[in-house]
Amino acid sequence: MELFTEIILIAIVTAVACALPGVFLVLRRMAMISDAITHTVLLGIVLAFFVVRDITSPVLVVAAAGAGVATVVLTELLSRSNRVREDAAIGLVFPLLFSIAVILIAQYAGRIHLDVDAVLLGELAFAPLDRFEFAGNDLGPRSLWLMSGILMVSLALLITFYKELKLATFDAALAAAFGFAPAALHYGLMSVVSLTAVGAFNAVGSVLVVALMVAPPAAAYLLTDRLPHMLALSALFGALAAILGCWVAFALNASIAGAMAVMTGLIFCLAWMFAPQRGLLAQVVWRVRQRWEFAQAMLAVHLLHHQATVQAVVECQAAHLSEHLNWPPAFTEQVVRRAEQRGLLVQQNGMLTLTDQGRRFVATILGGDEL
Amino acid sequence: MKTEQPAIQVTDLTVAYRDKPVLWDIDLTIPGGVLMGIIGPNGAGKTTLMKAILGLVRPSAGQVLVYGKPYAQQRRLVAYVPQRNSVDWDFPTSVLDVVVMGRYGALGWFRRPGKREREQALDALARVGMQDFASRQIGQLSGGQQQRVFLARALVQDAQVYLMDEPLQGVDATTERTILRILHDLRATGKTVVVVHHDLQTVSEYFDQVALLNVRLVASGPVAEVFNAATLRATYGGQIAFLEGRDPGRSAPEPRAGIAVS
Repeated sequence: MELFTEIILIAIVTAVACALPGVFLVLRRMAMISDAITHTVLLGIVLAFFVVRDITSPVLVVAAAGAGVATVVLTELLSRSNRVREDAAIGLVFPLLFSIAVILIAQYAGRIHLDVDAVLLGELAFAPLDRFEFAGNDLGPRSLWLMSGILMVSLALLITFYKELKLATFDAALAAAFGFAPAALHYGLMSVVSLTAVGAFNAVGSVLVVALMVAPPAAAYLLTDRLPHMLALSALFGALAAILGCWVAFALNASIAGAMAVMTGLIFCLAWMFAPQRGLLAQVVWRVRQRWEFAQAMLAVHLLHHQATVQAVVECQAAHLSEHLNWPPAFTEQVVRRAEQRGLLVQQNGMLTLTDQGRRFVATILGGDEL
Repeated sequence: MKTEQPAIQVTDLTVAYRDKPVLWDIDLTIPGGVLMGIIGPNGAGKTTLMKAILGLVRPSAGQVLVYGKPYAQQRRLVAYVPQRNSVDWDFPTSVLDVVVMGRYGALGWFRRPGKREREQALDALARVGMQDFASRQIGQLSGGQQQRVFLARALVQDAQVYLMDEPLQGVDATTERTILRILHDLRATGKTVVVVHHDLQTVSEYFDQVALLNVRLVASGPVAEVFNAATLRATYGGQIAFLEGRDPGRSAPEPRAGIAVS
């Protein structure tokens, strides 16, 4: 395989592996815990390294996942004490654990390639240099194998426990009443998040892991209202950010991890602005339409109240409307024109009259029983 | 199951958050086949009592039996309708899917809901008048519609005992009528229905049994026997002056001696 292909493959697998558990983090409003976990896994790695003295040992991965879960447990203990809120608890626990790890590396592990920059930002470009060899054969980059393994585990667990995880996320009380042990599912999910963070930060660094876990699900959330679609879209956005990020990084000779993180942000921004129903643009369009709709409703109600009365000649005159409704003349003109186009009213000699359709329109607005 | 064995038997139940008791030594018997309202002021422990029955909070003392056995052995017999605001209605799922969730308990671990579960869910939605909303996103529903979806989710559980936490809180008239009709249908088929309720005006009209709760159980039993000025005063304390002015127990007989005040 070419270097370029290998890098892109590692990026895609990593992004998808992060995006899937990320969906549940976002839905459980726990996105920030991923930030904590991606930092504290370092402590697990350092401590395990001191025991086994081998930077490639799988013990490191297990220890790192353990440190991630320990972070969650400590955070919950703190916030459950009712002395500290959850966000503050996260802010208290993870810098402490992370700084212990940083000090340990600086003091005792300076010789080996555990350096803080690599942990924070990673270096995907070097990932293919670390090969996985078996019986003298080169089987490809080690991180590709590691991340694929983690993705498979994560997918298998997701498929197996999909129903239980969904219920525990939507309604933990009902899940508990059914005997589905939502606490166990919670820690299971946290273990998967930790495991993914360990595998991913090797290749892309802990800052990017957060971006990959939060941005694709957050973008997907804006575009769909079905959980399976959200999972699929999230994975797709992750992969897309990986491909575009690599491509941009190669073109500009920039940091791959950085370019990927920018892409996840960009994808989110696009979704945030242009999502069909929840996007900014859709909201603005909806609000403008509501404004015209409401203006037409006010006009129609006004006409109905006055058209059978003696003041009708005055009140329903197109020329006098602005005065009565206290609207700017240009606005009144627009509203009348729109209502006319919709068939709500007709204009004769400057007099406005509601059509049958206009009457029905008013009836639905007023809720029927008031007419 | 309308036997002499009570549907729910609560004995010496005390629940405390830290050292603060939320429920003090509750002894409550809910006979099978009744429609019981649980009333009491805010903070009286009504929701906690439901959660204790469902094993969602751990009691400091005492026990709860559902048809003679602990809840953990009788999960399938009990359906629960939590307060509407206890879940995130922006969760990405459809009305039908939420109702199908009611079948998850019967399916157990790993088994997936299929066509049968979806049909049961559609039937339940029809019973609450929400069949046309099956494919809607749950966030698009009004409060009353959300409550009916929750009720449908409990109906598909096909349980013997239904525990409902404030199902009539803040719902529209249509929803209130629908829910009341279903409560009566359930009782007519021998089910036991326990409802946390907040409107004292309607207690005598809606329920045949009532439990008055304020951390301790003040009284429980048939509405005609225990729902009166004396028990209300004992339950609501200082708020009773205003309550007497509204004459909440108008259809109940005059306060009588020998009311079971625990």
